[in-house]
Order: sequence, then structure tokens, then C-alpha cells
Amino acid sequence: MSKRHSTGGRLLNREKALHFTFNGQKFSGYEGDTLASSLLANDQMLVGRSFKYHRPRGVVAAGAEEPNGLVNMGEGGRFEPNQRVTTTELFDGLTARSQNHWPSLEFDIGVVNSRLARFLPAGFYYKMFIHPRPFWKYIYEPFIRQSAGLGQAPKEPDADTYEHFYHFCDLLIIGGGIAGLQAAKTAAKSGARVMLIEQTGHWGGRAVVDGGMVDGDPVDNYVEQTVAELAALDNVTLRTRMMGAGVYDHGYVLGYEQLRDHLPGSMGPRHRLWRIRAGHIVTATGAIERPLSFAGNDVPGVTLAAAVRDYLVNYGVSIGQRTVVVTNNDDAYRTAFALHDAGLSVPAILDARTGLGKTDMRERAEARGITVMAGHAVASVKGGKRVTGIAVCKQEGAGAVVQEIACDAVAMSGGWSPVVHLWSHCGGKLQWDADHAFFRPDADKAPTGDAGQPFVTVAGAANGALKLADILEDADAGARAAAAQIGHKIRKSKSPVAQREEEAPLEPVWLMPAEAEVKLRSKAWLDYQNDVKVSDVQLAAQEGFESVEHAKRYTTLGMATDQGKLSNINGLAILSDALGRPIPQTGTTTFRPPYTPISMGAIGGEARGEVFQPLRRTPMHDWHAAHGADWEPVGHWRRPYAFVRDGERLKDSVNREVLNTRRNLGLLDASTLGKIIVKGPDAPKFLDMMYTNMMSTLKPGKCRYGLMCSENGFLIDDGVVARLDEQTYLCHTTTGGAERIHQHMEEWLQTEWWDWQVYVANVTEQYAQVAVVGPNARRALEKLGGMDVSKEALGFMEWADGTLGGFKVRAYRISFSGELSYEIAVDASHGLALWEKLMEAGAAFGVMPYGTEALHILRAEKGFIMIGDETDGTVIPQDLGLDWAISKKKEDFLGKRAQARRHMTDPKRWKLVGLETLSGAVIPDGAYAIGEGTNANGQRNVIGRVTSTYYSPTLDRGIAMGLVLYGPDRMGEVISFPGTEGATFKARIVDPVFYDKEGEKQNV
Amino acid sequence: MKRYSVFAVAREAARYHSGWERAWRNPEPKAKYDVVIIGAGGHGLATAYHLGKRFGVKRVAIVEKGWLGGGNTGRNTTIIRSNYLQDPSAALYEKSRALYETMSQDLNYNVMFSPRGVIMLAQTHHEVRGYQRTAHANALQGVSTEFITPTRVKELVPIINIKGPRYPVLGGLWQARGGTARHDAVAWGYARACSDMGMDVIQQCEVTAIRRKDGKVVGVDTTRGAIDCEKLGIVVAGNSGHVAGLAGFRLPIESVALQALVSEPIKPCMDVVVMANTVHGYMSQSDKGEMVIGGGTDGYNNYTQRGSFHHIEETVRALIETFPMVSRLKMLRQWGGIVDVTGDRSPILSKTPVENVFINCGWGTGGFKATPGSGWAMAELIHKGHGPLTDDFGLNRFREGRFIDESVAAGVAH
Repeated sequence: MSKRHSTGGRLLNREKALHFTFNGQKFSGYEGDTLASSLLANDQMLVGRSFKYHRPRGVVAAGAEEPNGLVNMGEGGRFEPNQRVTTTELFDGLTARSQNHWPSLEFDIGVVNSRLARFLPAGFYYKMFIHPRPFWKYIYEPFIRQSAGLGQAPKEPDADTYEHFYHFCDLLIIGGGIAGLQAAKTAAKSGARVMLIEQTGHWGGRAVVDGGMVDGDPVDNYVEQTVAELAALDNVTLRTRMMGAGVYDHGYVLGYEQLRDHLPGSMGPRHRLWRIRAGHIVTATGAIERPLSFAGNDVPGVTLAAAVRDYLVNYGVSIGQRTVVVTNNDDAYRTAFALHDAGLSVPAILDARTGLGKTDMRERAEARGITVMAGHAVASVKGGKRVTGIAVCKQEGAGAVVQEIACDAVAMSGGWSPVVHLWSHCGGKLQWDADHAFFRPDADKAPTGDAGQPFVTVAGAANGALKLADILEDADAGARAAAAQIGHKIRKSKSPVAQREEEAPLEPVWLMPAEAEVKLRSKAWLDYQNDVKVSDVQLAAQEGFESVEHAKRYTTLGMATDQGKLSNINGLAILSDALGRPIPQTGTTTFRPPYTPISMGAIGGEARGEVFQPLRRTPMHDWHAAHGADWEPVGHWRRPYAFVRDGERLKDSVNREVLNTRRNLGLLDASTLGKIIVKGPDAPKFLDMMYTNMMSTLKPGKCRYGLMCSENGFLIDDGVVARLDEQTYLCHTTTGGAERIHQHMEEWLQTEWWDWQVYVANVTEQYAQVAVVGPNARRALEKLGGMDVSKEALGFMEWADGTLGGFKVRAYRISFSGELSYEIAVDASHGLALWEKLMEAGAAFGVMPYGTEALHILRAEKGFIMIGDETDGTVIPQDLGLDWAISKKKEDFLGKRAQARRHMTDPKRWKLVGLETLSGAVIPDGAYAIGEGTNANGQRNVIGRVTSTYYSPTLDRGIAMGLVLYGPDRMGEVISFPGTEGATFKARIVDPVFYDKEGEKQNV
Repeated sequence: MKRYSVFAVAREAARYHSGWERAWRNPEPKAKYDVVIIGAGGHGLATAYHLGKRFGVKRVAIVEKGWLGGGNTGRNTTIIRSNYLQDPSAALYEKSRALYETMSQDLNYNVMFSPRGVIMLAQTHHEVRGYQRTAHANALQGVSTEFITPTRVKELVPIINIKGPRYPVLGGLWQARGGTARHDAVAWGYARACSDMGMDVIQQCEVTAIRRKDGKVVGVDTTRGAIDCEKLGIVVAGNSGHVAGLAGFRLPIESVALQALVSEPIKPCMDVVVMANTVHGYMSQSDKGEMVIGGGTDGYNNYTQRGSFHHIEETVRALIETFPMVSRLKMLRQWGGIVDVTGDRSPILSKTPVENVFINCGWGTGGFKATPGSGWAMAELIHKGHGPLTDDFGLNRFREGRFIDESVAAGVAH
């Protein structure tokens, strides 16, 4: 059994008991516990079920590498699946439930998969479930999906908040073990801005568990002192519970800080995502112990040797009372010593090293009375939900059992692997270190920055230095090199010296015993969570999945939530062996961010709900909201679709607004229209290139409707251009086009015409603009008083500066409705006041505000095109009958050459026409007109399509615009538009201008 | 080739699976082939497969500089749909979707095609009109789609929030026979079938030169020696510009990284694929339980197949807004793949300036769904020099301005 001891536990505060539940059962632990240590303290070894075979699973590690201990945690809006018990700090009231079983953790029906394991080897699903065809969708797949997955899906919206921080530093040091601490201490002397982050809640990493002496003092003291020194420095920022999640190009690092996972429900954000730009990065991320591959190495109670030590030293918890240690290296002896010294039984150390002679560690073990069995291995583990014993065999051989040992835990160590993830994220390369049997960073092949300079340095165990003394030396040297990289010098000073322990070399052991038969190999786990065994990787090799990426994907090795932190190196060693090639030739799979999974909530940050994206508000926004605005999102703006009165249906509001604007007076908030200032001696020349029209001949005081095309000739935007003075234009764009067109202009200026003297500025938000539209428009403005807005003073397509109702305004005489119309621009800060004044002045003239839908109908009645309706990126101005707006005199403009291409001048291009249904009904949006027969691919031939279609309240009938083959030559012809719901709409081809063809209304 | 079946698995189980043979041979290159395909991704392998199946052309080598299926085939988010707007696209993608329906049986390899349905959400009036247009077009193209109401969207996707404060769901374009497939299995299934037909799938074999004589291709030089051929197909998404350069011509494409990510696996909670173009993200749940999430392309051209972060952030935000529960999941892994993007966002399946060299590229962000159809059409193009599915996708369309612009219908990567 696993239990808590009455003494020990350096992280515990035994004064403070905490209560929690697991699968509804009440347990208690102490402040300082992790969920894993407190479960173990309560003898809850079984924590979950594996992914594929639903095998019973116990905790195997003590840190971020844990593959088994994943639970559903929390309730309601704080529920989260797949929470790792080894990194979850215990808090009072924690609720956790185990995952992936039915009906219960103890009795899981899914374990039948384990009984059938022989029929379900790697890749079985590619070979099965092929027939009969419909079964995959309806039977096989639903069954497989139910059986797979781990935790439950959250059901309620997240009750927590998240935030983003930006940070800039010279040196970012990731990892607060002794390597990171020493690196920070050394680097801080340079005066550089240093940030040191540690993923757990405490400093010192493994060293404080393993002990040792630094400068004659216990390592604990060294850690405490160093943290205190660093905390006192102004140029050092320290953060715990913050993981380096990913390293990206140009020294960009993602930091993931878990602020309140251990204080749920307290005020403030739960996670903070740091986006750090560092001059140089030092990764001091330590190393991870590897399991050994023997039959039954997944039985709960089989644990990594260092984790056994962690639980004992940090939490005063023993995994078992009789623990067999199995190892291929010296480090695991420390576990045996710790257990023995705590009064626990260690019946044997199975040391698989065949050449093991008299070593220091062996002597120390034997001095304690622990039996060391050199050259021995585990043949198999006894027990189902808990280890009950092991069978011992020779490491060399096929597994003939020489002895059985009763025990309730196995502590295993297959050696260590440096954590090279962050080094590798952005292209750092690895080299195989045969002496230690691990991949270590290749310092000559670092991730490189803009000038080819390395921007990541690795220090300590992550760099392959596993011993205390080596780690401190390496960290000191690493920090000096990193500081030098960014131009900081560090004066020579004495670095701390640690006591050296002699260790005998490790012998790589990838399979235990070396010649294990298939029966054993098919029970030797590599990936605990995804249930990948030695036999699976060997099968992959046998079937030709020779690339490490193929083998990974075929077997799913390393694809679980731990991303193979325990399994990858063991797996690729097995693969290499099966293929008869050296490990470095096989190589590793790619390390992808994040290091361990990070919450989506943190990635999203503050941006959710109303503030999911920036909300752009015109100065009149609140007025609209108070007057019944039914909003329509347009880019990041919200525009009123219509102003709905009490008891009114939306479409009635729209019709009312259209009719009132035609008959009396309408006000439209046009502030969202793009407004771009183009200024400079070359502005006329520039606009002649940007627009199809001639803009250089436009006189100051005049406006011109302009078309803008892409290089490919397609119409991308339109709007009225006003010439303010000889060198200054104001270009109106569509609401959606403002940013895009501004960028488009900048791109041409910056990349092609960089020597032209032109500035462009997007001043959209600097002005509020109100369209005053309708037969009473002039009267309303005159009532406001101020500038002369008569036909003579301000003719159609002219603009003038002046005052109206006391406001400094710019009035444009332009119309997008076909009515007498002015657009009045004021400083944005006066927008609301002007609007209210206009409403007041217009009251006598029947004023009503109108929204975007009325705007659309008004323009469609008049036959004006709308970017995004009549255009879709494939339409050229010539298709729309806008040839008049294309200058024939200009030598060049964007799109000119493209529009001369064969397909662009093809008479078969569909052209704009008006469409009137015979019945008066409204043709559905997006309908196509059908032609005769089908094309080479069996598709119905089509001869046109609807681009805008509305009920016109003015004409009391459906009207539409469309693009039709030979359309303008077919006036009066009737064509058919099938709807999607059976009905077909017959429509007559007519002129697209339905209202006031002569333009008498707007030009008065 | 030993056939795969439940019986074969049972038989092998009795002997601990010692009898399984290689899924594909590992041959040495021969001196000469009728056709060499550069690129053993899904499209290249499908091209070879259909050359053999449809036209009996079996002296074919597929050469691959890395490992088969290791490019975009193994990096995409596996969405299959054919609800395209323009006629040539709809024809090609619908052919492809139809081939997916029977692919597992045709290849005797379970590619797990799951016609679970694809919804493209409409969240602005403009999008509503756009998808209604697509629905009309699809009806005439023989592609079965339907514009559905928000209520129906919610029924199909219970975890969705259709009443978001910023972009409430106004409807959706629903293709019931769209879905997903297991991407690796598509490549592996084709490789196995090609190998079985006697074709050589040659991995770790990079083409270093394309040899020409009198304007015609005569062979390629590779890191594993020279190989002669009558015809050459270039099917190397992400490297198209480079390989076309070896043949002496340039392509109208740009290469950019497309970002994707998966969550940790959870129990089934979403049965269909949802694409949300206004907010920019799409998501489906893999059979393993991971939420598979795709987003946008980086704003700069490059060839590094790795993740960047800014798009991930945007994409995840969009998905939290659409599916609030996503906030309590964790990102397990992110990655990037290089996509070739053309001016009209449609692919190139074309003859080239070099006689008997054919190119297949420019699928942008949506190539996986086209894999079998692309192979079907490309095989015909290589064999006959033309074909109804490829005629509109030639390189000359850029010269003529005959674009097939799909960005009209879908503003987002997928």
C-alpha cells in the first residue's frame, strides 16, 4: 500500500489539512500536497484507465511528464477534463473524478479491450471495419469514438477569466532548478534585464530532493540564498507557476502562468499568457527519467525511481512498503537509499548492467543490507490493479525466471533524457550522446535569429549535465555565453562548487530482458496512455513504417497528452533495433509547442463575449441603441440594420424607412465609410494609378465617383473622391474596405512607388458623417442655418467647407439613393450633437433615421452597384456597365493590362441587367438562371445569376439586379431562376435603373 | 498482397502478428519508367494509383525526398467537402468526395471516411447571401447541400453558441455527405495499392535535376541516381516553386505557412465539422477525441514547416466565441504546413512549358479533400493530355484572366 509517513515531506505544511473528494469519496491532505501525493497518501494508487485497452493505471511520475494520472476536475463552469494529478496543487474543496471508464474506475467494461489486446495491435483499425461500407459511419465509428477520448467534455461556459501580458527582457531563463538559479545569478551580474521562470510553485527542482553540498553547505541553503539574492535585484524578475510553453522565431516565447489554479474562485484571472520577446533564451529545463520496458511495467505501483524519491522527500509519502528497484544506472540507487533510510523495505536492486563491478553505489547499498542483483532484470510483474510481486530473470536471455520477489512497488530507471523541447521548437538540432544514451542539444546547431546568431542556450541537465557539480558549472558557463551573445560582459568571478559523487556509467537497456519473447514484448509498455507496447513498434517496423514519423503515427506512440515525454526515446530505440540501424539515424519526431498542454482560455485571453473583437462605435452609436437599432456587424463596426419601432416587424421598419426617405427625409449614419487622405505633390499621379478614373483632372471643390481594381483587373472598391486642394484628396471607401484599401495604397507606395511624394492616412474615425437624404434635405439644412446649400452654391458632385447649426462642417453633395442628398462631415466629437440637431431640425420635415437595409434598397432601386453584392472578386467594371468610369486617356492604372486579357474582353462575360419577376415576387438571394443542357462534367448549364434582390416598397414589387450572358442585348427576354425549394422564378430582363431613370430627383 | 480483413487480423493474432508483410515494398530505383511522379503525398500517390487503375499505366515510380505522406497530407485538418461555388471546382471536389465514399473498399484499407456532415456558419447578412448563392449553385451542379436555420445548426451541434453577442449564427450551409477521413491512412492506403500494382514508391529520394531534350522531359536526377522517364508529374505541394524551377519554369504561386492545432482528447461531444468563416476558425472532433482546429495562414511567405503563434490566438478566440466549452480544454499541440497559394485560390492541374511535364499544385489550404479526385483527374491529364475535370485548371488561365475564384465563397483557410 501507499501511505503517508508521520515525518518528512519538505513541501508540506502539516498544520493545514485540506479536504477533497475523488470519485465522491472524501479524502484529506496537507497544504503543499499535489493531488497525486495526497491520493497516494490515502492509498489511492488506481487513478484512471488507459486510452485503448482501458487498463488500470496508477501514477508513474511526479511531474509534468505524467501520462496516467489525468482526472475530470471541478464542477460547472470550473469543470475541466484531463487535469494532471502530479502538477495539480491540492486545495480545500477540490473535487476530482477518474476518466475513461464505465461504470466505474474499479470495474470498467472497456477492459474487455485489454482481453482482446492480441486482436487489437498497432494499426488494427486500418485493416478492419472495411465492410460493409455503411457500418463505418453508423456502427464502428460511433463505437470507437465512445471507447476513445479521455475526460468528459465541459458543458458550461467558463466561469474564469484570463489575461495576456507582454514582456521584454534581455535574458529569459526557463527553469528554476539549480541550473536556472545559477544561470540567473551569473547573468544578473551583467546588469542585463533577466527573467527567471519556474513551472512549479517552488524553486530548486530535483537537486533539493537529491541533496548534495554546494560550497560546503546543503543544496537547500544554496537554493534559498540564491532566490533571496535574486529577489533583491532590480534587474531580475522571478515567477513561479509559470511554464515556458513554446519558443518561436526571433526570440519570441510563450509563458503560461497558472495564477489561481490552486486558489479557485478567488478574485482575478486564472491563467496569464505571457508573450515575451527576449534578447536571448536560456533553457534550464532539466531532464526526465525514462521507464524500463519489461512485461507488466504498466501495473499500478510500477513507478519511476526518481518519482518514488520525490514523493518520499517532498510529501512524506511512500508508494509501497516493499519496493524493488530496477535500474541500468547509479541514480536509482538513491531511491533505494532514501527508502531504506526511511525505514522501508527494499528487497532487491535489480541492476541490469551486465558488466557491473564493485561500484561506490553498490557498496553503499550492500552496506545498508540491500541485495544488489547485477545483470538481472524484471521478467514480469505480478498483479492487476496493484503490484504484488515480480519475477526476476537475467537481463541477457529470453526471460527464464530465476526468482520471484513479493513486493508492492517497483521503482524503475532507464536513465535520463534532457528536456530539449524548447531548444527544438524553433529549429535547434540534437546529437546522440552514446555514453549517456540520450539526445542532447547540439550547440553548433542552435535556433538562429535574423542575423544567423543563436538565440537559445541550454544549461544544466537539459544540456546533458546530470551531476550537481556539472550542472552548476554548465549553468554558469551557459549564462556567460548567453549574456555575451547579446553584448553583455560578465566579470570573472568564482562560481559555486559542488561536491562530486562518483557514478559508474549507465548501460543502455531498451528491452528487459534483452531477448524477451513476443509474449513479454506484447506486455511491455512504451506509451502508457495510448497503450503502445514494444511489440507494436516492432510490428510497425515489420510492416514498413520505418520512418520515425510513420511508426509514431501508425502506433500512436508519443501522441497522447504527455506527447511522449516518457515514451519517445524508448520507442525509437526499439524501432532502431528492429530496423537494425543506429538510433541517431532514426532520429526523433518533431517537438511541437506547447511543452505541456495549455488552456485554450489562456490563449483566448480577455477577448471574449462583447469584447471578443474590438468593437468600433460611431459617435452616434448609443443614440442608435436607444432608438431601436437592430444591429448588423460590418467588419468590427456595428451598424443599425433598421430602427425598429415598438410593435413593428423588422421588414416593416425597413419599408417605412425607404418610403420616408423617398417622400420626406432620412438620416443615415455614414461615419463608418472609409475616409483616406492622400496628400503630396504626386498625389494626383498616384490616384490616377489607383483608380480607373482620371483623378488628376478633378478640380478642387469637386467630387468624382471612382472605381478601384486589383492588378488582376477585378473591381475591389468604389467611392467618392473629393479633391480638397491641388495636393490633397479625400477618398471615400466602402465601410468594409477602409483598412484594406489603406493597406493596398500603402503596399503600392512602399513596394513599387517608394520614390513618389505621397502620404496616405486613414482618417475614417476622425470624422462623423451624416447622410441627409430626401426631398426635404435642403430645407432641413437651411433650418439649421449657416452655409449656403443651394443648388447654385453647392451643385451635385461638389463639396464645400462651412458651418451648419454652429458646427464646422464639410458638406458633400453626393447621393447613393437617387434623392437630393448631402453628406455632412464633422469632427467625430461633434457627431452626436450634429445628429441630434439634424433630428430636431428635421422634425418638421418628417425626418426618420434609416439603417443599412434601407440604404441597400434605395441604391438597388436606383441601379447603383454595391461592392460585395454586384462584385465578388471575379467581376470587372466592364461587366457592370461602368465603362464610363474607366479612363481611356490614361497610359496606365492598376488593372488596365489585366482587363485587356482575352477572357476579360470575351463577349460571353455576364453583364449587369435589371430583373423583374413576372409575378412581382422576390427572387431568392443567389439564384442562378438556367440555360439548356449540361456541361462536360454533367452540371446544369447556367446563363446568369442574381446579385441583389429586394422587395421594393417604392415600386411594391420584387426587383433584382443580376449578371446575365449577353444580358444588355436581351432586354425584355424572360429567363428562369430555380429556387432551392422547388419553385422557379421567371424574370424579365430590364434596365437596372428602376427608379428615376433621368436622375431628376438627385440633381435638384 | 495479403488482403486486410477482420479474419486476417484474427488469423495473425494467433501467431502474434508475425505474418504481416510490408504495407509497401522498399525498392531501389530502376533505370527507366513510363511515368515518374515527384512527390509521394496523397495527391502524387493518388495520381499514380489512377494511372494504374484507369489506364493500365503501371511502370510508374513515385519518388519522395522525405517519407511518404509527410508533407501536407499528414498535417491537414482532414475536412472533406465539395460545396464549392464555381462549376469547375464543384465538379472536381464532388468527384473527389464521391471517391472518398468507396475509398476504403477500393484500397482494402480503412481510411475512416466519415461522412458526418459539414456546416459552414453564416454570421453576417453578407455571408447568408453568399451561402444561399452556393446552395443554388450546388443544386445545379449535382452537389447536395442545403442552407439551414440557426435552430437546425444548434440541433446538429449542441455545443455551439448560436446567440453570441457579436456574431450570432444566422444560418449555415450544410453538406450532409461531407466529413473527415484519416489523413495518414489515405497516403498509406494508396502507397500499398500502388506498390501492389508493381509501382515503385521510392522514399528518401530527392530530385536534384529534371533532364530535358528538345523541350521534352527525358528523366530526372535524384539523390539515388538518374531515372529516365517518358512523362513526369510534379505533385509537391509546399515545394512546387522549387521543383518547377528545376524544370526551368516559374509558377504563379506563393508559399505560406498554414497553422493548425489539436486539443487534448475528450469523450465525443461534436459529431459534425463546423467552419466559421466570419470569426475565422474551424473545428471537428477526431475519432480519438481531440478537437482538431484550423485557422489562418501566416501573413508572410516562407518555407519553414513550423507553428507561429499569432494565428493560433485568433483561431482559438474565434472557437471559444463559437463553442464556449473550448475555453476549458487545453491545446495539446500546434504545427504548421506550407501551402501553395495561387492568385485565384484554385489549384493548377496543367501541362507545362516543358513537353510531357505536368504539374499539380496550388491547392492552397484545402488540398486534402481533393486527394482522390485530384489523382483521378491528374492521371487522365498525364495519360491523355487533357480531361474535363482539369481543362479549366490550366496554367494558361492566369494569362487569359480566366480565374476560378473561390475566395468569394470562403474567406478562410480550410
